[in-house]
Amino acid sequence: MSVTAPPEHLDAHGRAESPPERPPARARSRAARSPRRRRTLEVLLAYGLLLPSLLVFAVFVFYPLVRQIYLSFFLTPPFPGEPKHYAGLSQIQQVLTSHDFLNSLWVTVLFVLYTVPAGLVLGLLLAVLAHQQLRGIRFFRTVFSSTVATSVAVASVIFFTLLNPQIGLFSYWFGRTGQLSVLDDPRLALLAVSVVTVWQNLGLAFIVMSAGLQAVPDDLLEASRVDGAGPWTRLRHVILPMLSPTLFFAIVVGSILSLEAFGQIDILTSGGPLQHTNVLVYAIYDQVFNQNNQGRAAVMTVALFLITLVFTLIQIRLLERRVTYER
Amino acid sequence: MSAEHGTGTVATALGTLAPGFRDFLVGAGIVVVAGTVLLVLSRRASPTHRRQAALVGRYLLLVVLAVIVLFPLYITVVDSLLQPDQVVAKPPILFPTHPQWSSYATAWTQGHLGRYLLNSFVVTGVIVVGELVTSIAAAYAFAFLRFPFRKTLFVVFLATMMVPVEVTFLTNLNTVVSLGWYNTYFGLTIPFLATGFGAFLVRQAFLGLPGDLRDAAELDGANHWQFLREVALPVARPAVAALGIFSFFSAFGQYLWPLIVTKDDRLRTVTIGLKFLANSQLNNFNVIFAGTVLAALPLFILLVVFEKQLVRGLTAGAVKG
Repeated sequence: MSVTAPPEHLDAHGRAESPPERPPARARSRAARSPRRRRTLEVLLAYGLLLPSLLVFAVFVFYPLVRQIYLSFFLTPPFPGEPKHYAGLSQIQQVLTSHDFLNSLWVTVLFVLYTVPAGLVLGLLLAVLAHQQLRGIRFFRTVFSSTVATSVAVASVIFFTLLNPQIGLFSYWFGRTGQLSVLDDPRLALLAVSVVTVWQNLGLAFIVMSAGLQAVPDDLLEASRVDGAGPWTRLRHVILPMLSPTLFFAIVVGSILSLEAFGQIDILTSGGPLQHTNVLVYAIYDQVFNQNNQGRAAVMTVALFLITLVFTLIQIRLLERRVTYER
Repeated sequence: MSAEHGTGTVATALGTLAPGFRDFLVGAGIVVVAGTVLLVLSRRASPTHRRQAALVGRYLLLVVLAVIVLFPLYITVVDSLLQPDQVVAKPPILFPTHPQWSSYATAWTQGHLGRYLLNSFVVTGVIVVGELVTSIAAAYAFAFLRFPFRKTLFVVFLATMMVPVEVTFLTNLNTVVSLGWYNTYFGLTIPFLATGFGAFLVRQAFLGLPGDLRDAAELDGANHWQFLREVALPVARPAVAALGIFSFFSAFGQYLWPLIVTKDDRLRTVTIGLKFLANSQLNNFNVIFAGTVLAALPLFILLVVFEKQLVRGLTAGAVKG
């Protein structure tokens, strides 16, 4: 049914590379070009088709990446136009061991740990509950996927307002009206941001998990039911093992999302209180736009790149396997 | 850093909950426990009872979870329809008996939501169309044409997915400024007109075609354009639709890049505009909420209409580099 990418040594059509066969005489009457000229045209066409993308990539993906690495070796003065000073590894070492960077790294790790497992479990719970033919189940499915339509800005502004210490509904419900806002409380701010993030990504988690569940063959579930397996046993020994590729995918994707979190921090806490929500991306933004230090920011950017690289490499591997199309 | 402190504070906080909310929590807790108990007990009962009990339990759980997931959205809509003093009334008003629509007018004009939404639609439209065109073009080359360095270039395309915007935004801001594109639609769109992910997704769909179809078409005298339009694109339609919707959602929800590359209301997209609205209307919660509804509405409509395509795109990629 589904078609996957052909093995490496085969070409796009699933055949081994071989010189193109000469078409029968009938077809050549249309254009009496030599095969060689046709080959040249094909190559030109191919490069022409790739050119727009390659231009965008060169200017906005690869050049900036190289420049960030380059800049991390230089002390950049706060005013543009002044000369940069080559600092070798000293700036890199200094940033990587600085308290601010280590704090941001720790906050980012905590943020991933707060958001990814919780999102995974909640998404799975919703997906399992909604995975049955019931009257009105379509309604519940739409409700559970709904937060996928809330952008990070929408989600953050909703919670920012509801958590307003003076008049916010959640502040009232939690008995904190007039007290320190949850978002200004060093012990709670990161948790609060995490809750918002989990809620915002719940729709995505639900959708991914539901798709994974749909791939579990029904007759397998039926067979285990006939064998007398209860719901828990079925979940533990049939569904979860079948679902493990989906779970893995969700962990990787969720981690990338959390590592790159910025909008919710910017709207909810601006990295505060006392740096307790100063995740890596926000710290980079802060270095550039508030501290005016591109060099330091470059070091942190390269660090962020290397950390996410681990996850994106896995993600691309998984993509190769996942993206297949029913025909 | 402070997980233990955190839980401790949560425990103290539970004691100070507002009465109405405590009742709600207790009620929800009872329903969840009852539902779970029904689900568990149902295994021991007779078949008919078992099925009924399981059904009731499942519905109870579904309803409670739906209420919890939906509540922030629900209260956003409700509060947008209240008067300013009603929004902050204690105990809170959870249903608008006399809906006021003026907050929407305020958000639209004074809050510039109309302009922000227009900007978002222009920017998103350009990005989606551009990404589809470049993806289909590149995918066609990778799937149907033979040329030197094909594999290498494909790896280059995939490699772009390893470099997130969060890594490139600093240099890209400099580039955009030096090109004179700061605070313009060019600056907002051009960096996103091509993605490795899009080319990858469409290529996979093209590869679903039988290998010799392209040769057969050529023998029949069809040129590349005809082959693409009449054979390849129809086959890849689900993938292209998924990519389009997915790309719309990502572009419309963008935050970091539009924040740094725009400086005034003429160019701000709705995600950034919403932040400014929230900071400028601190005393008019209903206006903030109305603005939030307006900002969220387009994607909700798309979600309902194109749920299938979106799900396909999300389950394929979920994160775009």
